[in-house]
Amino acid sequence: MGAVMQVEEVVAALESGMTIGIGGWGSRRKPMALVRALCRSALRDLTIVSYGGPDVGLLCAAGKVRRVVAPFVTLDSIALEPHFRTARQRGTVEFTEYDEGMFMFGLLAGAHRLPFLPTRAGLGSDVLRVDPALRTVRSPYADQEELVAVPALTLDAALLHLDLADTRGNGRYLGPDPFMDDLFAKAAARCYLSCERLVRPGELGGPPQTLLLSRMHVTGVVETPGGGHFTDLGTGRDEAFQRHYATSAADPERWEAFAGRFLSGDERAYQEALRRWHQEQETR
Amino acid sequence: MSASRAEVCVVACAEAWRGDGEVLAAAMGTCSILGARLARLTFEPGLLTTDGGALLTAEPVPIGAPAGPVEGWLPFREHLWLVQNGRRHVMMGASQIDRHGNTNISAIGSWERPASQLLGVRGAPGNTIANPTSYWIPRHATRVFVPKVDVVSGVGTDRAAALGPVAARFHDLRRVVTDLAVLDFGASDGTMRLVSTHPGVPVEQVLAATGFALAIDGDVPETRQPTDEELRLIREVLDPRSARDREVRT
Repeated sequence: MGAVMQVEEVVAALESGMTIGIGGWGSRRKPMALVRALCRSALRDLTIVSYGGPDVGLLCAAGKVRRVVAPFVTLDSIALEPHFRTARQRGTVEFTEYDEGMFMFGLLAGAHRLPFLPTRAGLGSDVLRVDPALRTVRSPYADQEELVAVPALTLDAALLHLDLADTRGNGRYLGPDPFMDDLFAKAAARCYLSCERLVRPGELGGPPQTLLLSRMHVTGVVETPGGGHFTDLGTGRDEAFQRHYATSAADPERWEAFAGRFLSGDERAYQEALRRWHQEQETR
Repeated sequence: MSASRAEVCVVACAEAWRGDGEVLAAAMGTCSILGARLARLTFEPGLLTTDGGALLTAEPVPIGAPAGPVEGWLPFREHLWLVQNGRRHVMMGASQIDRHGNTNISAIGSWERPASQLLGVRGAPGNTIANPTSYWIPRHATRVFVPKVDVVSGVGTDRAAALGPVAARFHDLRRVVTDLAVLDFGASDGTMRLVSTHPGVPVEQVLAATGFALAIDGDVPETRQPTDEELRLIREVLDPRSARDREVRT
């Protein structure tokens, strides 16, 4: 069962060197309040497992990351993530690059306590060249087919963000896509869930198939209104702010100004800085 | 009515799905997305198309428009299962492509320390090994059509052949549509062949924009012109705001 926590308590429960899975997809429904708190922390040498978006970019920029495990890192409406590009081009992070389907099979293996799952995805591509640790496996049946054996992605912790959660840690999503969030939760030793709104047990409402996360997989739940910002929660992304993020991230001086204004304080300070920024945009 | 280059490209993309029947037309890039929806509205009504997200729309919708009535649900997990299932023909983009159709969307330069980090391999390895795959490349240029790609994200005909007939039995590169021409892998050794050039594009221009030797069988025909009905559907129904002209300039 999940305990109701604060953002800082979640970060305090994590350790340097951990493998941390982050839910969502690209710049969609990312646990950004938790990511921002990670950036402020003293943690380092993290392995980040993610269908990557600004979560990966921000953590790379903050120097928290030793290795990224991902099939891509993108802001969706802006194809390339500037901080991730910089980190790769400077050689400051290691990278394990999987096909999207391989990555899902890795999570499925982790979620089901299997050592690996076989798939065709990856055969013939450089995914196998750049990760010499990857192995293939031969079918024991008459077909004898050789397949990629995707190793389980097992996580020390998963960080997820949903629209609604109850105080026990059950979670509901309202958008069109659950992404792989439940798989991240099941593949992780511990799962921390942030939510836009926290309700009492029994008050999640909605069709039962939108109840994506069960409290049996959730260690802690934290209410973070606006905690998914600036990623898309299914009702649209803050595209203006994402553009501001991306143009700032592409230039060291601008990034210093951006980080000073938005990332130097706690989550409350972020939301307040954001409110003022939007006010400025409107009056311009 | 006379068609713009972008409109010729939309129809050339649509033609990639001709004869596919009831499969998902997975499209990336404006002209490719428009092509999938145009094919469904005209000669390939069995195709399934999305709103650009997780929804299979009851009818093809204008680019960027809300889904409207929906006939199915295809969140990423189901989409990735569908890649394995095979009822899908994808048209992807590529930052680099070679004469065997190996493609790169991962990184330029060495993978270990790229000169330019791109998206990452995304679904390209799985797409190419499991699904019919075509490409839409809005800028036909020697920096894209290269002798050798830096990182193989999408699997080409030579690598598929090297895997053997069992592992490669679902590998099926169909066509490459660019702003200049239509190409396929119909040369005897599975290398790229010039199928047609778009109206107003001389063969020499395509050859000059390609960084390797292209196979050519006799006279190269012209890519077909859109019909009046296709132009009406593109201009009035699918893309009234002319997003296509921002991808392919006239």
